[in-house]
Amino acid sequence: MKGMKLFSAALLGGALLFGGVAIASEPIKIGAIFSVTGPAAFLGEPERNTAKMLEEEINKAGGLLGRKIEVVVYDDESDPTKAVTAVDRLIKKDKVVAIIGPSTTGSTLAIASKVEEAKVPLVSCAAAIDIVLPVRKFVFKTPQSDLLAVKHIYRHAKKNGISKVAILTASDAFGSAGRKELKELAGKSEMTIVSDEVFGPKDTDMNAQLTKIKGTGAQAIICWGTNPGPAVIARNRKQLGITMPLYMSHGVASNKFIELAGKENAEGIVLPAGRLVVDEQVAANHPQKKLLTSYVKDYETRFKVPVSSFGGYSWDALSLVAQAIRAGKSAESAAIRDSLEKTKGYVGTTGEFTFTPADHNGLTEEAFVMVKITKGGWEMLK
Amino acid sequence: MPFSSILQFIVSGVTVGATYGLTALGFTMIYNTTGIINFAQGEFVMLGGMLAVFSMKWGGLPLPVAVPLSVLLVTAVGVGVDRLTIRPMRGRPTVSLVIVTIGVAILLRGGAMLLFGKDTHSLPPFSEGPAIPIGGAALLPQSIWVLGITLAVLVAMKLFFDRTITGKAMLACACDRKAASLMGINVDVMVTVSFAFSALVGALGGVILAPITLTAYDVGILLGLKGFAACILGGLGNPFGAVAGGLIIGVLESLGAGFLSSGYKDAIAFVILLALLFLRPSGLFGKASADRV
Repeated sequence: MKGMKLFSAALLGGALLFGGVAIASEPIKIGAIFSVTGPAAFLGEPERNTAKMLEEEINKAGGLLGRKIEVVVYDDESDPTKAVTAVDRLIKKDKVVAIIGPSTTGSTLAIASKVEEAKVPLVSCAAAIDIVLPVRKFVFKTPQSDLLAVKHIYRHAKKNGISKVAILTASDAFGSAGRKELKELAGKSEMTIVSDEVFGPKDTDMNAQLTKIKGTGAQAIICWGTNPGPAVIARNRKQLGITMPLYMSHGVASNKFIELAGKENAEGIVLPAGRLVVDEQVAANHPQKKLLTSYVKDYETRFKVPVSSFGGYSWDALSLVAQAIRAGKSAESAAIRDSLEKTKGYVGTTGEFTFTPADHNGLTEEAFVMVKITKGGWEMLK
Repeated sequence: MPFSSILQFIVSGVTVGATYGLTALGFTMIYNTTGIINFAQGEFVMLGGMLAVFSMKWGGLPLPVAVPLSVLLVTAVGVGVDRLTIRPMRGRPTVSLVIVTIGVAILLRGGAMLLFGKDTHSLPPFSEGPAIPIGGAALLPQSIWVLGITLAVLVAMKLFFDRTITGKAMLACACDRKAASLMGINVDVMVTVSFAFSALVGALGGVILAPITLTAYDVGILLGLKGFAACILGGLGNPFGAVAGGLIIGVLESLGAGFLSSGYKDAIAFVILLALLFLRPSGLFGKASADRV
């Protein structure tokens, strides 16, 4: 009998011990879809790198709720169709509790209905406002909306006595979204758009558009696109001897842009950007300062390439999910969603996030600063 | 619209068009000897620019060394493509060979992506200096390089095909391989030479264009497409037609963007291309019949 008792006690203890270990060692799976290859690779690559780096950091610090996390990354090759396949795999095969990404607006919109149906929260790293307007219950996003960027540009222009602008936008999703906002906000901001030109994202010569703009009496050019188009525009503008100010969007807020355009061609260009590109100039007492400095240092020492705002979007996405799991004390999809929506004043690399049932982006104009390119570097404007 | 603007549209159009023309010349070279369209032509152009950028970046070479080195390397790649992929397929139908070139294009593009990364890169211009004003339009010194080199290549090629025995032998291969080999022409060597030349011409296009338009691992797709369109427009197999076709497409794009809408820039050029082909199916300068020798 005694032996039997001992045996069952050992069995029970063993079951408790090993069972307990088994549960604790089962990692929390978080899915990620990034455009690591293809035309949007400039977004997806830093995003993937950042997510993997943060995964390691969280695990080193003891994980979440006593469990490790595992970030399962799929590459959608900048193709929304592949994003749909990836999301199916993440939900059905990998059984992830939340998803971060995709990198592009097209891919995000393509999978939005899938995550809604599966009730898995998604924190997108793509910018367009259409992702969170109208609000979808399970879809959030981290980058600043174009609307905020346009407001900053128009305000800066107005302060400098500009009232007639020419807009030059890329014909891709990012460019068209910017074009829509620029046109919608023009009236309210007392701006007249005297010329509305478009360029192909892969075009290599914008002389035609710039020559046309030159003759329209515009006082400034606002260009909306991501590399390399805007770099070509900066070069062509200089070559044509156009002196009117050039504004760019936050889509080019990385050192790569200055390198491509050439220092002398980029000189004086003004654009709204997240604080990540000017982390050294952010006031020491700013709430984001500590995070920015440590993210830039970690990323650059690890990957040996300069940091870009885009990696910051995925830092924010993953840490928002992690924070939601911690705050809600649950790694169940529904609980993560509810907890995400209650996020208040969470400091990320992009800005301070406060989600509400009506706002799944959670950023204010404060998330942008106006910066000017001077001598091949970034100068934060007051 | 002031005259200076129109002049500017033409100047930029001609510059871009010249590079379409150079790509088209590469297509013509291989088509004239083998009768196949080499869809890896755009990739030769990409490699020209990228290898020049990276021999400066990694090898620390000065521009005047990096440029010829890159052109030579791409020429070697061209020879390799023929020896490793086209020659083993000898005797297969043309369609199979064309598909092989598509595979080669994907391979080269993927290889360049893995080796050089996905970023866009720039190459310094060949000669420093501000834009030259002509009649209110601005002409870049690099544009003069582009036009000059294109013209030189065109003249050299015309002389080669018309005046040299090797050139004529290459044309003979396209016309009838069997007859050509019966006449003592080494068809295999001619095909290799044509691949070498077309890679060389493509790489030249790539390096002279890179300072103006920047370069990346995936620029070959669009350049290849435009170059192919230029070839068709000018009449397949005619070197003069290929360059003329490139210039016409470049200028049409530029004027289309300037006068109509920049959003439909590519569409305008291709609509005109389609209309022209409808009227002249063999291209502007192509002969209606099949034999070209």
